[in-house]
Amino acid sequence: MTTYPIAPDALTKPHLEPIRFGFGRGLLAAGELDERVVALCADLTESTRMHLFRDRFPERFVGVGVAEQNLVTVAAGMAHAGMIPFTSSYAAFSPGRNWEQIKTTAALNDQPVVVVGSHAGVNVGYDGATHQMLEDIAIMRVLPNMRVIVPGDSLEAERATRALAADPAPSYLRLARDKTPIFSTPDSPFEIGRAYLLADGRDVSLIATGTMTYHALVAADALSRKGISAEVVHVPTIKPLDSATILSSLRRTGRAVTIEEAQVAGGLGGAICELTAAEHPVPVLRLGMRDRYGESGGSTELLEKFRLTGTQIAEDVDRLIQG
Amino acid sequence: MTAAQAPAPEPLASIATRIRAHVVDMCAGPEGGHLGGAFSCVEVLTALYFSVLKVDPQRPDDPARDRFLLSKGHAAQALYATLAERGFFPVEELAGYGRPGSRLMGHPVRAVPGVELPTGSLGHGLALACGFALATRYAGGDSRSFVLLGDGELQEGSVWEAAIAAASLGLDRLVAVVDRNGLQLTGSTERIAPMEPLAERWRGFGWAVRDVDGHDASALADHLAAAPWEPGRPSVLIARTVKGHGLPFLAGRTASHYVTLSERNHARAIRALRATDAAS
Repeated sequence: MTTYPIAPDALTKPHLEPIRFGFGRGLLAAGELDERVVALCADLTESTRMHLFRDRFPERFVGVGVAEQNLVTVAAGMAHAGMIPFTSSYAAFSPGRNWEQIKTTAALNDQPVVVVGSHAGVNVGYDGATHQMLEDIAIMRVLPNMRVIVPGDSLEAERATRALAADPAPSYLRLARDKTPIFSTPDSPFEIGRAYLLADGRDVSLIATGTMTYHALVAADALSRKGISAEVVHVPTIKPLDSATILSSLRRTGRAVTIEEAQVAGGLGGAICELTAAEHPVPVLRLGMRDRYGESGGSTELLEKFRLTGTQIAEDVDRLIQG
Repeated sequence: MTAAQAPAPEPLASIATRIRAHVVDMCAGPEGGHLGGAFSCVEVLTALYFSVLKVDPQRPDDPARDRFLLSKGHAAQALYATLAERGFFPVEELAGYGRPGSRLMGHPVRAVPGVELPTGSLGHGLALACGFALATRYAGGDSRSFVLLGDGELQEGSVWEAAIAAASLGLDRLVAVVDRNGLQLTGSTERIAPMEPLAERWRGFGWAVRDVDGHDASALADHLAAAPWEPGRPSVLIARTVKGHGLPFLAGRTASHYVTLSERNHARAIRALRATDAAS
C-alpha cells in the first residue's frame, strides 16, 4: 500500500547529514525563486546554516544580534510590509524565549513569519539541559494560525523549507543539530499538512516525527523479525495534523505508539491522544520525553538513556503487544 | 502615489481639543478607558495625522504610505478619535467603543481602518517599526515609519533590543516618539524604575535625540517633519507631557491612568475642554 520512496540502504548503511543542512540549502533555493524571501538571525548564522543565504543575498539578510524577541518582531513588521521572513536561532531561544512575540506579532496577525528553531530535542551534544528544547512542539501547536513542521531528515527539511516559502503563513520549522540518517530520497514527497505511510502493518501503528521516524523504521524492521507487523506513519506536519491518514492507519491496526524527541505532553503524543480520544479511541503509548528535562551527553548516549533508539522502541512495542 | 496631507485648515490645537472631547465621551461609557495616557499623547497624534504622516484615509493600505504604530496601545481611544477625525471611519462609530461587536476594542486591532497591527502588549512597537523600515529600505521609496512609545513601556527589555538593532542597521527612516508623562499604572516612572537621563540613554544607543514640549502640536510637527535629523541614525523625540493634560481634576495624577467618568465628571471635563479651547 505504501508508495513512499525510501533510500535503498536506509536501514543497513544510511547516509548521515544534519537536518539543519537541508534547511540551509532550501532557504538558498527559496531565495533564488522569490526576492521577497528575507532571512533574519540572532547571531547563530552558521549554526542554523543561514550563512548560505547570507553569503548569496547579503542585502536580504538581517543580523539582529543576540536578541530573539527582536528577531521575530522585526520579522513580523517586515512580513506586514510584504516580505517573507525566515528567522533562525536555537529552538531553546526561539520559540523558547520569544513565544509571546510570536503569538502577538506574527500568529495573531497571520503574518507569514517562519520561525526556524534549530538544535531542538536532546540532539545537541554536550550543551545540556538549558539548550535542549523539548517543549517547542507543544507551545507552537497551541497557537491559532500556526503551522508546525518537523522534518525527518535533511532532504525533507530542504523540501519543507521550499514549501514554506512558496506558501507563506505563520510557521514553525523544527531542526536538529547532529547528523541523522537520511531515509527519504530526492523523489520522496512533502506537502504541508500531509502524513506519509512508510511501512504497512497490521498490529500497531508507529506514529513518528522528526529524527524519530528513522528509529521507527528500525523498530518496525526488528519487530517484523519477531512476527509483529508494525505500520510506520511519518508525521512531518504536526499542525495541521493529517487526521485522515493517521485514523485510517489506526483503523487497520487498533494501536498507536507515538515517538518524538520532545515532551510527549502537548507534543505529537498529545496531538494523537486528542485525535484518538475524539475520533477513534485506541490504546496509545507515548514515547519521548516524559515530564523531565534533558542532560549533557552524546546524542546516541542520550537517545539510549531516554529509550528512543530503534531497538529500544521495538522492545517497548513488543512489551505493549505481548501485554 | 499618496498625496501629502494638505495643511489643516484649522489650528492643530483645536483639532486636539475635539479629539480629547471624543475620548472624554468614550470614558463616560460603562467601561471607561485609559484617559490619562490617551490625553498625554493627543498632540503627538494630532501632529502626526494632521501634518506629518503621508497617509490617505481612502486608501489605508497604499504601499507608499508612511506607517504609524501606537505601541502604547492602551491609548487606543486617542488613536480612534484621531483616525475618525482624519476620515478613516465615521466619527459616529466612536459611540460604539468597547461595545460587543464593535471593532473599536480596548486595544487596537487591524480591523480598524488605519491600524497597521494590533498593539497593547507593550514592547513590540519599536521592533515592528524596525521591520517596516527594513522593508521600505528593500522596496525603495521615501516613506517613513513612526512609532509612539509610552515611557513606562521603556521598562520592557525588548524595546532596547530594538533600539540596538535600529541604530546598528542605520534605520534613519524610523522615528520614535516617547510619551514622557512620567507616570505608569502604579505611580511615578522615576520611583518605580528610574530612566533619566533618558535623552542620554537613547544617545548612548546610537539614536538622534530631541526633546520637546509634548503638548505643543506645532513644535512636534516641525520636529517630526524634519526627521531624520542625523543621516544614518534613527530619531527619537522625547515628548514631555502631562498625563491627563487638559483636565485640571485629573492632570498629573496617577489616578488618571484608567477612568470611568461619572455624569458629573463628564460634564466637568467637557466644560474644562471648552475653556481650554476658548483660551487658545
